[in-house]
Amino acid sequence: MTVLATFDLSRTPLREVNRFLHRELGDTTHVRIEQPDGAHSIAVGLDAPVHVDVDGHAGYYAAGMNKHATVVIHGNAGPGVAENMMSGTVRVQGFASVAAGASARGGLLVVEGDCGLRCGISLKGGDIVVGGSVGSFSMFMAQAGRLVVCGDAGDALGDSLYEAVIYVRGEVKSLGADARFEPMTDADFAAVAGLLAQAGLKHDPRGFKRIASARSLYHWNVDANQEY
Amino acid sequence: MTIQREESWGYDRRILDYIRHASATGLYEIRGLGAKRKLPHFDDLVFLAASLSRYPLEGYRERCSTKTVLGTRFATKPIELAIPITIAGMSFGSLSANVKDALGRAATEAGTSTTTGDGGMTEEERGASKTLVYQCLPSRYGFDPDHVRRADAIEVVIGQGAKPGGGGMLLGQKVNPRVAAMRTLPQGVDQRSACRHPDWTGPDDLAIKIRELREITDWEKPIYVKVGATRTFHDVKLAVHAGADVVVVDGMQGGTAATQTVFIEHVGIPTLAAVRQAVDALEDLNMTGQVQLIVSGGIRTGADVAKALAMGADAVSIGQGVLMALGCNSESWIRGAGADGSGGEHVDCTADYAALGTAPGFCHHCHTGRCPVGVTTQDAVLERRLQPPVGARRVRNYLKTMAMEVSTIARACGKQDVHHLEREDLAALTVEAAAMAGVPLAGTDWVPGRRP
Repeated sequence: MTVLATFDLSRTPLREVNRFLHRELGDTTHVRIEQPDGAHSIAVGLDAPVHVDVDGHAGYYAAGMNKHATVVIHGNAGPGVAENMMSGTVRVQGFASVAAGASARGGLLVVEGDCGLRCGISLKGGDIVVGGSVGSFSMFMAQAGRLVVCGDAGDALGDSLYEAVIYVRGEVKSLGADARFEPMTDADFAAVAGLLAQAGLKHDPRGFKRIASARSLYHWNVDANQEY
Repeated sequence: MTIQREESWGYDRRILDYIRHASATGLYEIRGLGAKRKLPHFDDLVFLAASLSRYPLEGYRERCSTKTVLGTRFATKPIELAIPITIAGMSFGSLSANVKDALGRAATEAGTSTTTGDGGMTEEERGASKTLVYQCLPSRYGFDPDHVRRADAIEVVIGQGAKPGGGGMLLGQKVNPRVAAMRTLPQGVDQRSACRHPDWTGPDDLAIKIRELREITDWEKPIYVKVGATRTFHDVKLAVHAGADVVVVDGMQGGTAATQTVFIEHVGIPTLAAVRQAVDALEDLNMTGQVQLIVSGGIRTGADVAKALAMGADAVSIGQGVLMALGCNSESWIRGAGADGSGGEHVDCTADYAALGTAPGFCHHCHTGRCPVGVTTQDAVLERRLQPPVGARRVRNYLKTMAMEVSTIARACGKQDVHHLEREDLAALTVEAAAMAGVPLAGTDWVPGRRP
């Protein structure tokens, strides 16, 4: 049974909304946040399997550090959407600004439009699916997790990657230090197909390229000089 | 024949060693601990205690409070400590789990706080520490909202005194399976952390980041901002504008588990200069008493603590001194101590120092993970050389000694509270210290660089 709570951010302070989400959910299963008007820190630090709809644009850190919850932003998201997410799902129906999904350790972030710079920076295990394109330095120092880009990627993609993996359907303007294209395996096709299905996006997995770490930066290299 | 022994000042033995090492290896040196060269420091200040013009307190009879409250600006649950001496952020990874356990126990017994580091929060540390400050670092290794909720305060780390502008470093020999799992890194990699936070850039963003942390913690927990000392006056102002409850300023004597020597010795300003600038910034903003100041970087003794407080700090934070209390650079470690950490036998480990190419008193080889006394190691055998009860006892004694020294000085200066120590209680022994600390050269009313 759905138990709905609705807040209008033009009338209710954000503090009250977040406090409700943290401490006063009770039997509530569904929360609707109207008139967000680009407010920062909407629905941050959630720790329950609640569904949250944000009816409009969100500012910085929407759904930051999410655990268990499903948050849908019916608009654009500012910097750091779903940063350090642990689990659950965050969906942005519009575009996302810089550092989308930064250092996320779990869960799924779906951005239906484009992402700005540094999408998936420092990723530590979460999955990100982007319907459009991503900006430069995406997945910088990403350690674990996966990024699927249905459009193009900017400069220095995957710079200083660890064990995270990137799949790109369109063009990659340039790769960052230690990132390299690798052949797609059956496991990669299955991974892309699965993530696209979760994101509700329809593309042929065979059209994606795989980018991963060459692992040449894992240890100090005396002869590397200033190459990276 | 007379042997010519005129030593070059510019090319002394230290520089000769440096050039020989560089020319032999093509590598810069990486090491632990902090700046080793002589710098203007708290040793260059003295107290002007009470006499005829001031009235002292009886040293053993009249009360002198050491209670310290941090985070009174916005947090609904400020930190209350029994003493103004806290334990600095040091990572599990650089230190063993036993050490983090020992530090937590010692801090709890002494009524103060300890701090996580660039490796996340361990259960040993959380369990042992009554008051635990949780760091939010650029790397975000192991960063977990559950730990944010379990912490007593959050410290956003912009930089540290040993390497302001640089990221953390943990060489592969210390990235064992547990450390690797906590940091989501492949086992054995030479870990080089980011130097910039992944999700914010600059002070305007930091203000929004701090608001996010406040929202997540329902505005209960104090938010600290830690900066390495460089342009301290401006950095402290920006941290206050960004909404910090507490600013932590770490001078260039601050330690590290592993950093390039060139960074340790040549980047940043001395703690003495930094504390003065930080206090100036808080006074300029009229935020004294609203935003608390913690000073760290080479605080070693009760005298250092008292001088930092007199200059305007609310508390200090200690890293290296605590490690030395645990046994860092000692000739031996303790085997077979009792459950309370007392007794046991000293086991000589000078041969282990020699194997590292060093000796007790000179060791800065934390980066190797082969710490002879079991402090800065992840080695399963070496880490047993420091048992939590022994470490806790030593650190508790060290903290207690310093706290007593601070109150001894405060009483002599006529203060009923160590926080009542003030700049007017100080004089400088050198022109440099007078200029940096902004206190008069002893026997004069001259503060270099300040107009009367």
